[in-house]
Amino acid sequence: MTNAPHTAKRTVGWMGIHRGHKARPAEWLAEKLIFLVSLTAILMVFLIFVFVAREALPLVFGQMNSAAARPVIPAKEMGKLKPDELRDYLALTPEEFKRLDKEALTALMEVREEEGKEAPKDKDATVNTTEWKYLFAPHEWSDSRPEDRYVWQPIGRIHKYNLWPLIIGSLKTTIVALLFSVPLALAAAIYVSQLCRPSLKEWLKPAIELLSGVPSVVLGFFGLMVMATFLQGVLGYQSRLNAFVAGIALGLAVIPVVFSIAEDALTSVPRSYTQAALALGASKWQAAWQIVLPAAAPGVFAAVVLGFGRAIGETMVVLMASGNASIMSFSLFDSTRSITATIAAELAEAVFGGHHYRMLFLIGAMLFIVTFLTNLAGDLIMHRLKGRLEGKAK
Amino acid sequence: MAAISSSQVTLNTVKPTVGAGEPLITSEQVNLYYGTSHALKGISVTLGERHVTAFIGPSGCGKSTFLRCFNRMNDLIDSVRITGSIKIGGQDIYSKDVDVIELRKRIGMVFQKSNPFPKSIYENIAYGLKLHGMKAKSDLDSTVEQSLRGAALWEEVKDRLHTSAMGLSGGQQQRLCIARAIAIKPEILLMDEPASALDPIATAKIEELILELKKDFTIVIVTHNMQQAARISDYTAFFYLGELVEFDTTAKIFTNPSKRQTEDYVTGRFG
Repeated sequence: MTNAPHTAKRTVGWMGIHRGHKARPAEWLAEKLIFLVSLTAILMVFLIFVFVAREALPLVFGQMNSAAARPVIPAKEMGKLKPDELRDYLALTPEEFKRLDKEALTALMEVREEEGKEAPKDKDATVNTTEWKYLFAPHEWSDSRPEDRYVWQPIGRIHKYNLWPLIIGSLKTTIVALLFSVPLALAAAIYVSQLCRPSLKEWLKPAIELLSGVPSVVLGFFGLMVMATFLQGVLGYQSRLNAFVAGIALGLAVIPVVFSIAEDALTSVPRSYTQAALALGASKWQAAWQIVLPAAAPGVFAAVVLGFGRAIGETMVVLMASGNASIMSFSLFDSTRSITATIAAELAEAVFGGHHYRMLFLIGAMLFIVTFLTNLAGDLIMHRLKGRLEGKAK
Repeated sequence: MAAISSSQVTLNTVKPTVGAGEPLITSEQVNLYYGTSHALKGISVTLGERHVTAFIGPSGCGKSTFLRCFNRMNDLIDSVRITGSIKIGGQDIYSKDVDVIELRKRIGMVFQKSNPFPKSIYENIAYGLKLHGMKAKSDLDSTVEQSLRGAALWEEVKDRLHTSAMGLSGGQQQRLCIARAIAIKPEILLMDEPASALDPIATAKIEELILELKKDFTIVIVTHNMQQAARISDYTAFFYLGELVEFDTTAKIFTNPSKRQTEDYVTGRFG
């Protein structure tokens, strides 16, 4: 009798402890699946951005021309042009150019000549308004009032694409919304998580979060019909729909976002901090304000950043309640128009592939980048705050 | 029969300070209910000034609950109802005209799990002082130093007062909590198992500290560790199932208890 079978059996019994074995195929599969799903989410965001940016690229590289009157070469002189020059002149892609025969090209040139005869003759008719300097720098247009040097007016003879009215419009409504909603949401979060009775909390928390279930079109309608009239009655300003009304209505959409995250952050601060403060003789309010709020600062900050994202990205409320006039004004009580509302309102009417269409994608991509950078900066600041609380950073 | 011979347990040999032992905390027929469950049953006891009193007993016997009655921390729990009276220095602390915040300012508390605020070491101690209205920087500085020295922590942290308290070790954090509690110069110091989460060396430091602190403070300490109760306390109360079974000098409880239950517990037959 030997020990061999015994030893062999033992070895078999312990095989499973080796690292990296796919000893649990179901778990391995589940893990890979989850990884794949999360990867898809990242990929989707990336693809959306690529799609939006791709539509805007011709603008970025200055390949679009929105001039009402373009230089005309008589059709007779077609023979003098090199193929590349001709293709550029007719603004065709290489594939389109290849498909057309000489007759068709001549016809196109004749159309251009006709267009040239009918084109407006004033000084701005030959301006390509999609150039960067017309997007950001002021310009006195020959067909609008002298004070409208910053103007977004994509219809009419000359397409004016100055972005400042939209950027200012978005910022105005966003800032009003945040100034209105963040203090309210934070106060509510502090009250619900720290001060109120548990039985009351069970009612208050779902009630406030229910606000996020209100469709934004309903909020917009409410802003448009009820709040606009009420606020005009109280404050007595001129235009009934303006950045202020839109901002307040937008604030209603932001409150539940900020509240929900801030309340979670405050509740997750260990109760032992509060108890220590109370045992030292702090009032409930002092403990909440001086101990719990600073300890929850990273989460509260994240709540505000997300609120900003919601406010600047929200479309319907602003579209309905802001008055939708792209006026360059810093006054909160002038009608205004945000970037998102512009895209929503104009995309359906823009010529597919045209400069207006691409311009809308450009501002969409810009919005995307702004939100991305804000979130990135927010994340960095949050990590700094967290590190400081945990005693890592100086 | 003596429960434990003195060779097995080192008894507290520090003499009570002169003037100590005047009755300071008196409880009469204290009953406490969590909702419908009866957690404390008719507890009457008198604790002396500048004594160390230890509450011992098995888990769930109500010793921590009773401790928390003294600074009314049980008020924070919604369903708690208390009957009977607790007087501190002759004042009924549950009467309507007592300001709980003022009460807590005069009673320090150290918790089972060290719970420094996520602020700097300096701010941790200065916070309580600021609550008490101390504003001048020089006063704050000197009191912070004094409290840290009192908690035997000064030498270890004096060079990093303004770094986060979360970077300290567990034992240091607990001593910081003691420093925070004594900084506001309370008359009574409540300690709820202050060393239960610490290693033996840190525990020894805390115990040394308690013996030092009893010169100035009346200390009530809840502990699971009977050797600890024997080493540091003057009086010991044994709780069982919400009742105060026996209260006497520590020496008597550990060497010659008068109740059978106490004897069984301190000799380790149950609990």
